[in-house]
Amino acid sequence: MARTHHPSSDTSRLAVETRRLTRVYKTRRELTTALQDVDLEVGEGELFGVLGPNGAGKTTLIKILVTLLLPTSGQAFVDGLDVVTDYKRLRSRIGMVSGGEQAGYGILKVREQLWMFSQFYGMDSTAARKRIDELLERLGLSDAANKQITGLSSGMRQKMNLVRGLMTDPRVLFLDEPTVALDVSAARDVRSEVRRWMREDPTRTVILTTHYMQEADELCDRVAIVNRGRIVAEGTPRALKQSVDDDVIVDLQLDPGTPVLDRLRAIEGVGAASVREEDGVDRFSLMLADDGVLPRVMTTVEGAGRHVSGLVRRQPTLEDAFVKLVGRSMTEEEA
Amino acid sequence: MSTAQHVQHSPLRIFLKTIAARAYPRVMAANRQKTWVFFDMAFPMVGALAMVLVYQGLHAPRQYLGFVVMGGAMLAFWQNVLWSMAAQFSWDRGNGTLELYVISPTTFEGVLLGMALGSMFTVTLRAGAILLLGSLLFGITYTAAGTLPAIGVFLLTLAALYCLGMLLASLFLFYGREAWHLSNAMQEPINFLSGLYFPVNALGAYVGGAASLVPMTLGLDAMRQLLLPGTPVFIPAGTEALLVAVQIPVFAVLAGISLRYMEIRARRDGKLVTRWE
Ligand SMILES: Nc1ncnc2c1ncn2[C@@H]1O[C@H](COP(=O)(O)OP(=O)(O)OP(=O)(O)O)[C@@H](O)[C@H]1O
Ligand SMILES: [Mg+2]
Repeated sequence: MARTHHPSSDTSRLAVETRRLTRVYKTRRELTTALQDVDLEVGEGELFGVLGPNGAGKTTLIKILVTLLLPTSGQAFVDGLDVVTDYKRLRSRIGMVSGGEQAGYGILKVREQLWMFSQFYGMDSTAARKRIDELLERLGLSDAANKQITGLSSGMRQKMNLVRGLMTDPRVLFLDEPTVALDVSAARDVRSEVRRWMREDPTRTVILTTHYMQEADELCDRVAIVNRGRIVAEGTPRALKQSVDDDVIVDLQLDPGTPVLDRLRAIEGVGAASVREEDGVDRFSLMLADDGVLPRVMTTVEGAGRHVSGLVRRQPTLEDAFVKLVGRSMTEEEA
Repeated sequence: MSTAQHVQHSPLRIFLKTIAARAYPRVMAANRQKTWVFFDMAFPMVGALAMVLVYQGLHAPRQYLGFVVMGGAMLAFWQNVLWSMAAQFSWDRGNGTLELYVISPTTFEGVLLGMALGSMFTVTLRAGAILLLGSLLFGITYTAAGTLPAIGVFLLTLAALYCLGMLLASLFLFYGREAWHLSNAMQEPINFLSGLYFPVNALGAYVGGAASLVPMTLGLDAMRQLLLPGTPVFIPAGTEALLVAVQIPVFAVLAGISLRYMEIRARRDGKLVTRWE
């Protein structure tokens, strides 16, 4: 198997490796293929992002890697250990935190709950308490340390959960949408703490799922874009953005009127188009093969009787790369 | 670049620490939510005492009142096994805690023993209250000489009962609602069959023998023989104690096998995963 990203690495240097990993869910009514033939290699010390729309299979991937779910076929290794056959040894080396999770016992105080979980890893009590206080302090939660969990805000709770993931010093930490529903400053705290924690020991690895483009762009060393159970692209955020470098990206603002998205998409030379509504105006993002396509776009817009209130050409973002690869924006529902 | 060696603690250390840690929230709950005194103590007590009154009304033989009181005390432990131990995994799955148990290096056995130990204080208090109050109210007399052996039998019974609880808990790893139904279904017939409220030999050899699979049946019968004069003998107390002692490793081994097996099945079918929707 070719290891293009880490030419010098052997298996033990890879934090995560999957080979044709596939997972099918069976429910009474139907079969859902949540992951299909996923090949992934994440090097030790990487902060690796898994980016994808709802239902893409991100959580399924994480749950297989943390030994909660068996693959239907294919293989997966974490820290060099097979998640199917060597799961017992693996468990002391991993951690998982999911955004919005409610695990634990509400009757306990923050510090007590964290201590409880540390014991399931055999940590020395005194060392665990010290570590917990240190991490709580870093995340600005010191004041809440003696608060009962039922009284926490959801943001505080999410930060507490992150402390739980960090305190056992896992070799590979899995974060499933760790900043979902957090306000801007709390999300920033979480991201910077993850980064800092990784710097403490450069062999630590983090796999993070998100559907925030900007988070993936700013935070991750490398990103895989997942859609409908398949990896459709993989690379550094910069490389992914470069894949749309040849395109002309314009943001077009239109006052309300008849829908034009489909008409825009039908124009020759329009690679991808997406729209979101903001403050009563429609903000279109268009990917054009070259400048020559723009007049045709304007003709179409005017033909539909829509009034242009703004037009700018801008630098490509990860979102643009995503739209180009997946054919729709992250928030747009599948047709 | 330094490759940090990951510390891997010994399974025994993790096991013991898990027991203490999982017992902790139970103990704290008893301290912080005083309402349990009422719900855990008053209601079951009323139930047991009502049964005594019925027997009294029926002019049942005097030692039957003792049976009921002892049965009521034992019932506290059985309910704890069914609802606070076996069924707890179902709650834990609902809020994502089960996932965290599974992915940590600990074992279900440690977690379950912790739960059991954590509620031991409140359950013992409840059982003790029923025993004391019932005995005083209805003037039940016990054979003093039987006390020590009865305590021995009680401890054996308790161990066997909690091992059975682990076996039941394994079902909750895989089954959701279905396991609830099973626990529900097991509650009443077992209360009845295990002779909580009357001597087992009233059931006859076959039904009594089948009921003996629940450790409480034999244990309770042995304790009654030891403590209440004039108890009809189903099987001699010594033999019963021995049988209960044998049930301990049998249930423990079965529980271990079943926990492993159910975990793998549940991983295959996605039953350990909590879905947030
Ligand atoms: N336990 C399950 N049983 C049946 N189907 C499931 C189960 N879990 C997930 N799925 C299905 O598998 C697919 C992938 O789901 P998954 O949760 O992995 O996606 P995701 O990328 O994490 O989505 P989201 O962004 O909404 O969290 C979806 O179609 C989902 O409905
Ligand atoms: Mg998800």
